Amino acid sequence: MRASSLMLLAAFALAACGGGNPPEEPAPEPTPAPAPPPAPAPVDDSAERERLERERMEREAAERARALAAELGTMINFEFDKADIRSADQGTLDRKAAILAANPNVRIRIAGHADDRGSDEYNLALGNRRAAAAKRYLESKGVDAARIEVVSYGEERPLNPGADETAYAQNRRDEFEVTAGGDNLVAPQ
Amino acid sequence: MRRLSVILLPVLTAAPLAAQDTTVTKDQPIRIGVDYAVNRPGLVVLPGAGLDSARAVVRRDLDYTDRFEMLGDFAATGPEGSAGQAGSVNYGIYRTMGAQLGVELTAAAGGVTARLHDISGQKVRNTQTFPLPAETDPEYRMEVHRVSDEIARWASGTAGLAATRFLFVSNGRVYRIDSDGEQAVALTPDGVTALSPVWSPDGRTMAYTRLEGGRGGVIVQPLAGGTAQVAPGAQSALNITPAFGPDGRTLAFARSDETGTDIFTANFVDRCCAQRLTVGRFADNLSPTFSPDGRRIAFVSTRSGPPQIYVMAANGTDQELLAPFDYGATGASNAPEWSPDGARVVFHRDVSRSPQIFLVDVAGRRVTQLTSSGRNEDPTWGPDGRHIAFISDRTGRRQIWIIDTETGRVRQLQTPGAARLPAWSRRLGRATVASNP
Repeated sequence: MRASSLMLLAAFALAACGGGNPPEEPAPEPTPAPAPPPAPAPVDDSAERERLERERMEREAAERARALAAELGTMINFEFDKADIRSADQGTLDRKAAILAANPNVRIRIAGHADDRGSDEYNLALGNRRAAAAKRYLESKGVDAARIEVVSYGEERPLNPGADETAYAQNRRDEFEVTAGGDNLVAPQ
Repeated sequence: MRRLSVILLPVLTAAPLAAQDTTVTKDQPIRIGVDYAVNRPGLVVLPGAGLDSARAVVRRDLDYTDRFEMLGDFAATGPEGSAGQAGSVNYGIYRTMGAQLGVELTAAAGGVTARLHDISGQKVRNTQTFPLPAETDPEYRMEVHRVSDEIARWASGTAGLAATRFLFVSNGRVYRIDSDGEQAVALTPDGVTALSPVWSPDGRTMAYTRLEGGRGGVIVQPLAGGTAQVAPGAQSALNITPAFGPDGRTLAFARSDETGTDIFTANFVDRCCAQRLTVGRFADNLSPTFSPDGRRIAFVSTRSGPPQIYVMAANGTDQELLAPFDYGATGASNAPEWSPDGARVVFHRDVSRSPQIFLVDVAGRRVTQLTSSGRNEDPTWGPDGRHIAFISDRTGRRQIWIIDTETGRVRQLQTPGAARLPAWSRRLGRATVASNP
């Protein structure tokens, strides 16, 4: 068949969708443009749009809460045989204090650790000092002491079992764990 | 006085029960500040029929006192020509070997008869029959050790220290092991970290820190069964470094919380009366150890910066420095333990970032260094006040080593795994009899 006849057939097939008999083969004259498809029936989608919007906001809030929880859980590190908060870590602690201020039901546990040089028993006290130092810093930024628990593992729970400076530096740390109220964290203003 | 030359003495036993191979070496003569010069009697353990394992244990126990020049190593038969008539000893042969003393063991009904021979005087100085349980009895080895310790007392005036045990930590559990490395047994369960075990003076109770979730109580646990308790005052926060007082009712320990680490005492018999001894403010205080008269406590404090060894009255007053140091130059000092005779405190101190074993004499406050190769730490006294056990990594893994402060001889104790935090008991009496320290 010739292409123009195909098109004519298609046009008449379309025009016939609304019912009626198939038209006779027309004379070669300009074909009328096919009728536009009928407009879809009106649908009320505002509830659907709201639902999708809500879900999007919940997803974003959950992602933000996860990011805030991750910020609360960021470790800080220490120099050898020291429990002083390093200036590089103050920003991390300031951020934790802000998140804690915005989420007053959150309680955390700070666990202090040491590398395995130095006396085994002394390292328990050193880990304790490191956790206590972070707690004091957060208290100085306005966090209520009752919300923060201090524990120590000394050298008993190394992050890195290696025996080089990199491993030692990783092991000299405070770890932060949310112990209550950690769902649906909101960002500080 | 004969100066002792450096020799290597591998000691192997052929007896079936004594499966441990303990390599004995002399530490290299780089012991700073200690002068080793030895004059001691030659001793031979006479051969005899039967009692092979007991004879081997006795010989090794006497060797480990470091008070005798051990001569020969005989099984059923001795040197050529030594067999005299039944019941008699060929003193001449042993005198030519250089022996002054001979130890003879013969089987007796239900036990063993031990005789100490004066070789020069050609007579028996001491004789006693000791009951022994069957060789398969779990108490057999310890009973043989008690025989050795009594023979050592006849021969030298001082009881031996074979009938003793160690507590130590391996893979987070407390273990008990005999002083010759035999019969290791775990005393705390798997899965809960236990640290810093210590013996009560009568050897019937131990205390240790049970670390759970970064906190932990001091657990006081009877060793022959009975209920464990958490020491009074140690139920919350993290409680570490326990030490028993000589009065049999006091326990000292350190308590770590957000205010720091400080030393407390409590009465663990009456379960009361927790008392705070130190107020650290910005310093930590830990690792208490009692003097044998119970009147003083040596301890670790960071009041000057890095930890150093201090001493105070047992009620917390009169706190002062015990082991002098050069501020800014001397390394951290830790883990003190007061000697049984009250004269010295052993501890470890960092030298070029590696801990070494040190002594300080309490009266004169003079500090001497005992070790120099590898990392050597966490020392504990033997009940004779001259042997010290400690942890060394000189072989590549942390193990218990024992040094004799008079001869400098060092031997290694084999433990099932890597070892930490050893504690040496007093001489252990039978369960029904109080021991004599």
